[in-house]
Amino acid sequence: MKPRPFDYVRPDTVDEVLELLAEYGDDARILAGGQSLVPMLNLRLIDAAVLIDVSRIAELAEIRDQPAAVEVGAAVTQNALLGWPQLAQRLPLVAAALPFVGHFQTRNKGTVCGSIAHADPSAELPLALAVHGGDVVLRSQARGERVLSVSQFQKGMLATAREPDELMTAVHFPALAGWGAAFREVARRHGDFAIVAVAGLVMGEWAHVGVGGLHGRPVVTPVRADVLRERPDDWFREWLDYFEGYDDLHASAAMRHAMCRKLIPEVVAEAQSCFG
Amino acid sequence: MLRMKREERRRIALTLNGKKLAAEAEPRMLLSDFLRHGLGATGTHVGCEHGVCGSCTVLVDGTAVRSCLTLAVQAEGREVRTVESLAAPDGALNPLQAAFRDHHALQCGFCTPGILMSFTDFLARNPRPSEAEIREVLSGHLCRCTGYANIVAAVKEVAGKS
Repeated sequence: MKPRPFDYVRPDTVDEVLELLAEYGDDARILAGGQSLVPMLNLRLIDAAVLIDVSRIAELAEIRDQPAAVEVGAAVTQNALLGWPQLAQRLPLVAAALPFVGHFQTRNKGTVCGSIAHADPSAELPLALAVHGGDVVLRSQARGERVLSVSQFQKGMLATAREPDELMTAVHFPALAGWGAAFREVARRHGDFAIVAVAGLVMGEWAHVGVGGLHGRPVVTPVRADVLRERPDDWFREWLDYFEGYDDLHASAAMRHAMCRKLIPEVVAEAQSCFG
Repeated sequence: MLRMKREERRRIALTLNGKKLAAEAEPRMLLSDFLRHGLGATGTHVGCEHGVCGSCTVLVDGTAVRSCLTLAVQAEGREVRTVESLAAPDGALNPLQAAFRDHHALQCGFCTPGILMSFTDFLARNPRPSEAEIREVLSGHLCRCTGYANIVAAVKEVAGKS
């Protein structure tokens, strides 16, 4: 289908974007890559009075390698980050997760920040940011800049703490030197949203495991690798409420739970094998 | 800063297959419709119109994107390449197209323009891909004649792998 009519604005600077957001608020939608927004507009699932196109703003298209974190700007595409030469070394979990985000063709246009702002509960990038313990940078004309942790930012299914006059200018992935990383998911077709996705970061016997596709937002929990190896039943019984999931067209809650039971130990073992 | 009202029509100029062309479009016009109806380049096919089937894939500044998930106004000033650019002026097929013909990699041909453009981008970046990489790129397309095995064989031949 074709989208309903909307106004289109293409500002040249972030300050102009903030001015427009202050003017339009809830009536405006930010268009960066458009790989989630435009399908929803075409299917007429949502309406927008005005689209603010930030895809040509040079100051938002930068990957900044800072000592403690890697900052990814709002117009950086998923394939641009995937092609960043330092990615595997600086953010191995993101390097492992990105090939699962959409398809080659949608990653050429889809942005890292856009996926996180869209906040689909089974999307890979919000999950990777959650396991990293990353931050989201929001800016408005009225209140300036604020930095939210990912758990403060992602409230639930497609719901975030972004105010209508705010632009997500960047996300920060903390660089975790020396941690092992692994990512796996089950999807009906490669590139589709995952039924269940599991991301793990491991340091020695300590792991941070994140699961997408079970709740309205990614679930992250610490776990000891030796406990998962030796007493997995005990651990899963304790966390059953977290990993039980829900029924939908693609999988029952029991099937989701079974996927977690298989994937979590695999991911932790794989991440442990590349630790160091 | 460019501002367009919803009913406003703007002259959108871009380079299509090496030629500078322009036509009018309102903000909501998709690049896929702009190419077909505005510029008359009907080689690009339109299938699902929500980014799943891949038949409308074109190159914008050299990278393969869904033209149904791109607004015409977003392509303003850009270099767009479609399937019409692949064959030589005398109609001779390029190596990728010839391999598709030789391997019977198209049946009804509806999905073919998008698949050719995806692999035009991909093989330019990665001239010797593995079969797994070829299949990953192909996962971004739907062929309802289910000719996938022959498509993989055709791309492998061009990539010097068969």
